[in-house]
Amino acid sequence: MSDQKKNDEIHGVVAYFDDVDSVMSAARKVRDAGYKKWDTYTPFPVHGIDEAMGTKPTILPWIVLGMGLTGMACGLLLQWYTNAYDYVFLISGKPNWSLPANIPVTFEVVILFSAYTAFFAMLGLNKLPHLSNPLHKLPKFRRVTADRFAICVEAKDPNFDADRVRAILGANTSEMEDCPVDTSRAALPLWFHAVMALVTCATFIPLSLAVKGRFATSEKPRYHVWPDMDFQRKRKTQTGWEGFEDGRSMRLPVEGTIPRGELRDDFELYFGVAQGSSVPPRATYEAGSMGGEKFEWLQSFPTAVVVDEALLERGRERYGIYCGVCHGAQGNGLGAVALRAKAIDAEQWGWVSPKALQSDSAKAYTNGELFHIASHGISSMKGYGSQITPKDRWAIVAFVRAIQASQALPKAPADLPAGVDFEPVPTIKDVRLSEASVDAPASGTEPAGEAR
Amino acid sequence: MTITDPSAFGSQPSGEDDPSVRLPLVEGASEDFSTVTDAVAGIAEIPVERTNRAWIICFAISVSLLGMLGMLILHLITTGVGVWGNNNPAYWGWPIVNFVFWVGIGHAGTLISAILFLTRQNWRTGVNRAAEAMTIFAVVCAGMFPGIHIGRVWVAYWLFPLPNQMAMWPNFRSPLLWDVFAVSTYASVSLLFWYMGMVPDLATFRDRAVNNTRRIAYGIFSLGWTGSSRHWHVYERAYLLLAALATPLVLSVHSVVSFDFAVSQLPGWHTTIFPPYFVAGAIFSGFAMVLTLMIPARQFFGLKHIITMRHIDVMCRILMATGLMVGYAYSIEFFIAWYGGVQYESFAFVNRAFGNYWWAYWIMVSCNVLIPQVFWSKKLRANLWVVMVVSITTNIGMWFERFVIAVTSLTRDFVPSSWGYFSPTWVDITMFIGSFGLFFTLFLLFLRFLPVVAIAEVKTVMPQAHAHGEDHGESHSAGGSAAAPASRHDA
Ligand code: HEC
Repeated sequence: MSDQKKNDEIHGVVAYFDDVDSVMSAARKVRDAGYKKWDTYTPFPVHGIDEAMGTKPTILPWIVLGMGLTGMACGLLLQWYTNAYDYVFLISGKPNWSLPANIPVTFEVVILFSAYTAFFAMLGLNKLPHLSNPLHKLPKFRRVTADRFAICVEAKDPNFDADRVRAILGANTSEMEDCPVDTSRAALPLWFHAVMALVTCATFIPLSLAVKGRFATSEKPRYHVWPDMDFQRKRKTQTGWEGFEDGRSMRLPVEGTIPRGELRDDFELYFGVAQGSSVPPRATYEAGSMGGEKFEWLQSFPTAVVVDEALLERGRERYGIYCGVCHGAQGNGLGAVALRAKAIDAEQWGWVSPKALQSDSAKAYTNGELFHIASHGISSMKGYGSQITPKDRWAIVAFVRAIQASQALPKAPADLPAGVDFEPVPTIKDVRLSEASVDAPASGTEPAGEAR
Repeated sequence: MTITDPSAFGSQPSGEDDPSVRLPLVEGASEDFSTVTDAVAGIAEIPVERTNRAWIICFAISVSLLGMLGMLILHLITTGVGVWGNNNPAYWGWPIVNFVFWVGIGHAGTLISAILFLTRQNWRTGVNRAAEAMTIFAVVCAGMFPGIHIGRVWVAYWLFPLPNQMAMWPNFRSPLLWDVFAVSTYASVSLLFWYMGMVPDLATFRDRAVNNTRRIAYGIFSLGWTGSSRHWHVYERAYLLLAALATPLVLSVHSVVSFDFAVSQLPGWHTTIFPPYFVAGAIFSGFAMVLTLMIPARQFFGLKHIITMRHIDVMCRILMATGLMVGYAYSIEFFIAWYGGVQYESFAFVNRAFGNYWWAYWIMVSCNVLIPQVFWSKKLRANLWVVMVVSITTNIGMWFERFVIAVTSLTRDFVPSSWGYFSPTWVDITMFIGSFGLFFTLFLLFLRFLPVVAIAEVKTVMPQAHAHGEDHGESHSAGGSAAAPASRHDA
């Protein structure tokens, strides 16, 4: 009865030992006596003590393994999300998502997660930090981190009986004492509370500033930490400056300068009109198409262009790249873009279908006019002069002439030799919606290569 | 003149040559747990007014250099990176050389702690703590250089994948980003490893504390450690895991650093040998630095019986072995440059040895390959002056290795029109000197206030640490007869 009362007042019984052998045999005895809430305290990890105490292997490695795998998943996910999903950008043609390039970072993240886990799980499993251990109050216990060994059987153990514990430990011990329950509650000084409260409040300041910056609008200009980068002592292009007479910060080229490759002295080649005549503006149907007789359009080809098979071949190729998508490989106006526009009924939004190039009006154009349309466009069609060199545009003109004479005629030509079958090719108006489906826009109606 | 202590070997004359009889790891017939504790803890417990003179002088010098470094960094940030010699074509000048130099030094610590721990090289216990501290301080110095090299340091956080108002993410296919991950992982994991190893020793300091300041300071950092065997059980497992994780980490870090070079296409950089070659070089320079630091430290702080001549001997041999590896890498680079038949590569290497920077190349070869060969001689390994000199020349040589790699390739690339010559400015030079101030300030503080030797670990390799009775009959102390069982001495 009296022992029971005493158990409440003591934290446990502590016995001290001077060498490894005696602490080991004492540990075995305590283990065999069936105690659970007890521990051995040593200045260094003693080899074989786990077995003597009956300590079960820790689950720490499994926790570390789990977190290591989590780290791997996080590392991969981070790289996939940032570089292959959210912000995709091409780096020297490398794939956005390929394992070899992602291994180093994944590896480092695995190590990072596992190492932090090994440390913090060790603290967690050992319930550290634990600064208020009653054992720290015993002056004699302090030598346990230097050169002494101790065993403490705690009063919390269900089998605890102080006398019995003393009897078990007594055989090998050099000293024994009771560890009292720590009742002193050392209060922290008032200033400590005040300082901590202030510090806690202060930690919210940066956060609230960040939140304010994120959600509030401000009239004031952005704060420049180091202004010399943002405001450099120089004039930017396309700005004014009173330092020059004309008030511009940029200088104009010297009068009469011609940029390299921009000398346009061959009118036939560059404008499709006779040498020295006036240069026509962009054509529209509303303004009477090509301007009628006002311009001296070239009827044939410029002297700088030799019409031969090579030119026609070049024209076929360029036409396929720049014109065929709208006007169709055969020039019947059934290009992929035209069919797609038909399929989605784009005319309702003002879409203008590309014209067939075999029509009489198209045939009536002079070569110069065709060249002018290819260069500057006509009405809804834009010009391709900036993309195609003049010689290539002439090649396209030659090719258009070729398909006008040979391909996809809407009605049988008058000079059709006898015995030749004629089959009119459909125009855009004849194409039914189902044929102009999205999946097979050009198949059947536009076999590639048939243009020759 | 020599400060070698002949008695260090004199007590066990036969142990040195006979591999089956090892010298004891802790020397002296009367060493026991309390004397080891006293020796190490005593250093940190010297009252301020009786601090070692040499320490005070060294500390004063280091702190002044650190102050100079601080001013220089301020100068750099307010003026711009143009104060350095980096300019077209050598945009990577001294800062990257210093970065690789310091990171390399920072490799021996974790290597000693982790790899030697896993391979059960017990001799590491005397030196691992100081080597780990050296690692962390060297990584601090290393991290500083790229940190200030980015120019606009106030946006240094762009290095990390943080969500930002530009809706941009870093490029994970760039070795420079891998470097950010590798070096920051290495720094923080080394810090954990070092701190965790120190917790039991800090508890020892706490329990020996004579005043409240010390009790509270060491008390907080020792986390309430009691030496409980159940705690030790989890702790040892965690330590083993950390060692197992740190080992591939060490190897990966310098490999990734070498990718900064090897993944580019510059002649002289674009080689597959770089990762192992850089790792060997890092270990080489790291061990040299450990020797440079530990020889004076054991002398001044009376730790000769814990950091013994055997430790120094082993490290000298490692130095020589890694020096040979580095030399092998140098020659293989030349062989591949010739064998590969690419004219740019062969030019790059001929230019290294005989071009504008021939002097740097030959300093590197003589310091790294030739001079360490003196350690074939046992007598020279035992002469601390020789060891000191060789360890310092090794570090000089390793700095020049990085200089040669970075600068010769950058100033002589494919097109002669983009050739140039790099010269450092006074800021380059003083900043490098200042980084030593940073390093030594931290290291001297460590020597003065923290457990310089892993006390608990040293105890585990002492003969008294093993049970002899009952079912633990086997003896772990082959050469331990010198340290007679002193276990009852304070009973
Ligand atoms: C984006 C589609 C598109 C492309 C590509 C295109 N065109 Fe056109 N083209 C049109 C459209 C649409 C019209 C009719 C314009 C209108 O009615 O306003 C047209 C009209 C024409 C005409 C006038 C036909 C007539 O009967 O008046 C010619 C000639 C012509 N294009 C030639 C070309 C040449 C040559 C190319 C290649 C350089 C080309 N087009 C490229 C859409 C295109």
